[in-house]
Amino acid sequence: MLVSTKWLKEYVNTQDLPPVELGEKITRAGIEVDAVIDRSEGLANLVVGYVTECAKHPEADKLSICQVDVGGGEIDQIICGAPNIAQGQSVIVARPGAKLPGGMKIKKAKLRGEVSNGMICSLQELGIETKLVPKSYAEGIYVLPEKAEPGTDVLSYLDLDDTVLELGLTPNRADAMSMLGVAYEVGAILEEEVSLPEIEYAEAADSAESMLSLEVDAPEANPLYVAKVVRNVKVKESPLWLQQRLMAAGVRPHNNVVDVTNYILMEYGQPLHAFDYDSLGTGNITVRQAKEGEKITTLDDTERTLSAHQLVITNGTDPVALAGVMGGANSEVSDETTTVVIESAYFASDSIRRTSKDHNLRSDASSRYEKGVDPNRVIPAAERAAQLLSELAEGEVLAGSLIFDQLDKQERVVKVSPDFINSRLGMKIRLEDMLDILSRLKFNTEAVNNQLIIEVPTRRQDIQIEEDVVEEIARLYGYDEIPATLPRTDATPGGLSPYQAKRRIARHFLEGAGLLQATTYSLTSEAAATQFALEPTETTRLLMPMSEERSILRQSLLPHLLESLSYNTARRIDSAALYETGSVFLKGQDELLDEQEHLAIVMTGLWLDHSWQGEKKAVDFFVAKGIVEGLAEKLGLELSFERGEMDGLHPGRTAFILLDGKRIGVIGALHPSEQKKRDLKETIVMELNLATLLTRETEALVYTQVSRYPTISRDVALVLSNIVEAQTIEGVIRKAGGKLLKDVRVFDLYEGDRMDEGKKSLAFSLRYFDPEKTLTDEEVNAAHEKIIKALTESGAELR
Amino acid sequence: MEARLQELKNEALEKIQAAQTVKELTDVRVAYLGKKGPITDVLKGMGKLPAEERPKMGALANEVRAEVTESLEVRMVLLEEQAINEKLQSETIDISLPGRPAKTGNPHPLTRVVEEIEDLFLSMGYEIAEGPEVEKDYYNFEALNLPKGHPARDMQDSFYITEDILLRTHTSPVQARTMEAKGGEPIKIICPGKVYRRDNDDATHSHQFTQIEGLVVGEDIRMSDLKGTLSVFAKKMFGEDREIRLRPSFFPFTEPSVEMDISCFKCGGSGCNVCKKTGWIEILGAGMVHPNVLEMAGYDSKRLTGFAFGMGPERIAMLKYGIEDIRHFYTNDVRFLTQFQRTEL
Ligand SMILES: [Zn+2]
Repeated sequence: MLVSTKWLKEYVNTQDLPPVELGEKITRAGIEVDAVIDRSEGLANLVVGYVTECAKHPEADKLSICQVDVGGGEIDQIICGAPNIAQGQSVIVARPGAKLPGGMKIKKAKLRGEVSNGMICSLQELGIETKLVPKSYAEGIYVLPEKAEPGTDVLSYLDLDDTVLELGLTPNRADAMSMLGVAYEVGAILEEEVSLPEIEYAEAADSAESMLSLEVDAPEANPLYVAKVVRNVKVKESPLWLQQRLMAAGVRPHNNVVDVTNYILMEYGQPLHAFDYDSLGTGNITVRQAKEGEKITTLDDTERTLSAHQLVITNGTDPVALAGVMGGANSEVSDETTTVVIESAYFASDSIRRTSKDHNLRSDASSRYEKGVDPNRVIPAAERAAQLLSELAEGEVLAGSLIFDQLDKQERVVKVSPDFINSRLGMKIRLEDMLDILSRLKFNTEAVNNQLIIEVPTRRQDIQIEEDVVEEIARLYGYDEIPATLPRTDATPGGLSPYQAKRRIARHFLEGAGLLQATTYSLTSEAAATQFALEPTETTRLLMPMSEERSILRQSLLPHLLESLSYNTARRIDSAALYETGSVFLKGQDELLDEQEHLAIVMTGLWLDHSWQGEKKAVDFFVAKGIVEGLAEKLGLELSFERGEMDGLHPGRTAFILLDGKRIGVIGALHPSEQKKRDLKETIVMELNLATLLTRETEALVYTQVSRYPTISRDVALVLSNIVEAQTIEGVIRKAGGKLLKDVRVFDLYEGDRMDEGKKSLAFSLRYFDPEKTLTDEEVNAAHEKIIKALTESGAELR
Repeated sequence: MEARLQELKNEALEKIQAAQTVKELTDVRVAYLGKKGPITDVLKGMGKLPAEERPKMGALANEVRAEVTESLEVRMVLLEEQAINEKLQSETIDISLPGRPAKTGNPHPLTRVVEEIEDLFLSMGYEIAEGPEVEKDYYNFEALNLPKGHPARDMQDSFYITEDILLRTHTSPVQARTMEAKGGEPIKIICPGKVYRRDNDDATHSHQFTQIEGLVVGEDIRMSDLKGTLSVFAKKMFGEDREIRLRPSFFPFTEPSVEMDISCFKCGGSGCNVCKKTGWIEILGAGMVHPNVLEMAGYDSKRLTGFAFGMGPERIAMLKYGIEDIRHFYTNDVRFLTQFQRTEL
């Protein structure tokens, strides 16, 4: 809502506050002023000029040489390029020394050999948006509607010496979508009275009923309809003040009839519509639900097909307007119109909202109906229109109105006790201060038995319950007056749940291990949705996605994390190691999805880079595996790994991660073709179901006594077929090792040329230990022999 | 014999002083004090002396021996120290060379902000509540006083999956679920999480973003309690000298509703580009829980009242760190992420 402060003064005394200060007061009281716009910004030294002569420039087709009376008896020659320039016009002249928005300074100039003492201006050159400039002047200079005294200062003549407040209205404050509504708000803030427009006009002897009949067949969607008939109107340009007020309010002037309806829309917040009486052709207005498939061409020249739940205004047979949204082209007011039917109505908000949404058509009218108009302004707005049409279009208003009225216009009563207000706020506001605020708001209030009985004006549809009154009192009393206290609830322990605490531990571990935390989008493309998913299900698609790229819920974190890696490598950041925790979305039993919190890791490039001491290590499977093992250890869990395959991963370098034998994750090197597709070098990925890890209860930590006895180490080097996994051999060792074997660790792997084809050498370090005593060589030898025997029996060869 | 001993002593002491290395000194020791050394030889000859002279001569020999030994030890300490110094000298490194980098990562800036807020409220006795990102229309809207057809819940603005299921547009459904689950008991929670809205991604909009909301329900919870809580939050998060101001606003699930501004942490209130010359920065929305919301969750709104607040960690991080484009949070540029390593304490 754009509020001209100059216009606002018609209704309320703004105490000559500077607009910025007024805006600040309005903001602090609850309606946010988004911007304070000075309409005269950048303008200086503009005067009214009168074109006494206008001739073609001999050297240029498109230029005219004008002699312009600029006041004080001076006639200046000005060259003008506008197509609509003509002798006898009053125009806006920027004389040498004048300033226009954007820092433009006007100087005396020569155009194709002819002197030009300034410039004749269009409205755009004065900083008015093209969409607000009347169509007839959109392509040229602005011609003042009435002859004005040459030399007059343009800023005041055009009401550009004005400041506009741009209000950012919340949906509850529909009352402030009108100048009167804003006046009531400002009046309450500044403790000033509001003066309403005085409506007075002469009526013709003939009655409106003599020319028009009215029928409303949809009283629920349209409980109040007022029609007035104005005869012998002269359709023409509106006077300057009206055009300027509309432009200041962000509305384009058309002609006096349309402008009057828009003016009252802005003034009262009540949408009006004007029909050309003769085009109706029937002398009848019938409001009814549309017939399914019925068609109407609206004012924007669009043919629209209607549905039965939409409300239309008809001439008894055919639709002539889409009620409350937009008029029909067939009944539009034109220059030839002589008799006008003015509609002022109350349409139910849900009906309008639906229709407006169906047709994707929002207008100043529909947005007000959607939020609810004031039932008590429908009839006054129609009267105000009649008045202005008689004044500005020389119309003859027929006596009376056609009215269909089943609307409840009763004021709502809200009862609330001062104690309630104070206890909700934590304040001690005195009763008389509350009464004062309510009277400033023009809420009729009676204080009876420690109870405020408040009659809420119908313009304030948002005040419905006690809490709404609490807010009204508080906002005008001042939120700064509310003290700062803390809740007096019983002390609560608060704190993280075990799950949340473990998630933080996991995150801190991963960061300590050298990974950067990433965040990616949950929405992805069909193709990426199930790639790398551990247990892919049917995908979940949005009803109305914004793009195919973001249309499906992800089932794996990896595709977007890999995209992040590619993003980095494309920017020459060759090494990166990222992790993310986040939800994947699977189809579940419930109507809601099965959301699982996952953890994923991606890494590419160098893991260690400390070259000057000869340390350099590229990422590999085992770097990632080590992190996963470390994480499990931190969480008190034991994971195992089983060779596996997954699309997109290297078939020889992929393993599933198991917890208690159940698959909970995957780890592997990205498949070379996948790497190529993503423009990545050797890349390792890992994803696991984090929720499974975090929901698992861990055992209590019990200290094991540190033994006084030493451990004894023995190494064993084996030659094996290279398809045998270390894990298998370790199993054999552990099984044969008995209770003295404390620990088994791989310490060497050799697969080079010195081995026979298909063989590898694997060396283990074994540690023996007895918590009760120092082991003797004999005891260790016996245990070790058993292991060697088991190993040779399993096909391993001692090296 | 006495003369011989004196001579040997002087000779030994001279050689000790002349020794320049530990090795040379060790040679002197072996030469004079060893079993085959001259002093031993002299002592061996003691047998030939008359018995009454033996003790005197023995004492003298021991004296000489002791003197030589002491001198040797003193010299040895010196030479050893010298040797160590020479060795250390030769082991000098260029301490200006770079150290081996400790491999370390860091949290995402949003996590950093969220965790800071979480910790603050955890210390005030709050719990953290979480809920699904794919939510029922009921919890996302209806239970929050946004019935079907309410203008603030346009299909255009939300990602629906079916008529009744959508990606949550705020974390408020977690509040609705918690209230329902608590069955009328007092509540003190904060709800962090991802939320989604049908926005085109640009420098200031993101179809996915983060929210943290808080909810306190109890007997006689007042608006002043909200103001006090938010004031503690603002000071902890943005600095002790921050002031807050509340402005009336509107949210369907609270009444009264407010927006909270903090005095600008960059200019302190005099006006700058961060606060758009106003001296104030809008940080969050809040209000007293609407009685409809309480009643719908099974609370007696006459007996229990509450307050709620909600804020966007993206906005806070952008303000706090001066980040200019919201898309940075989701691109994962390593050059961006690694900047959030160090502490600010
Ligand atoms: Zn500032």
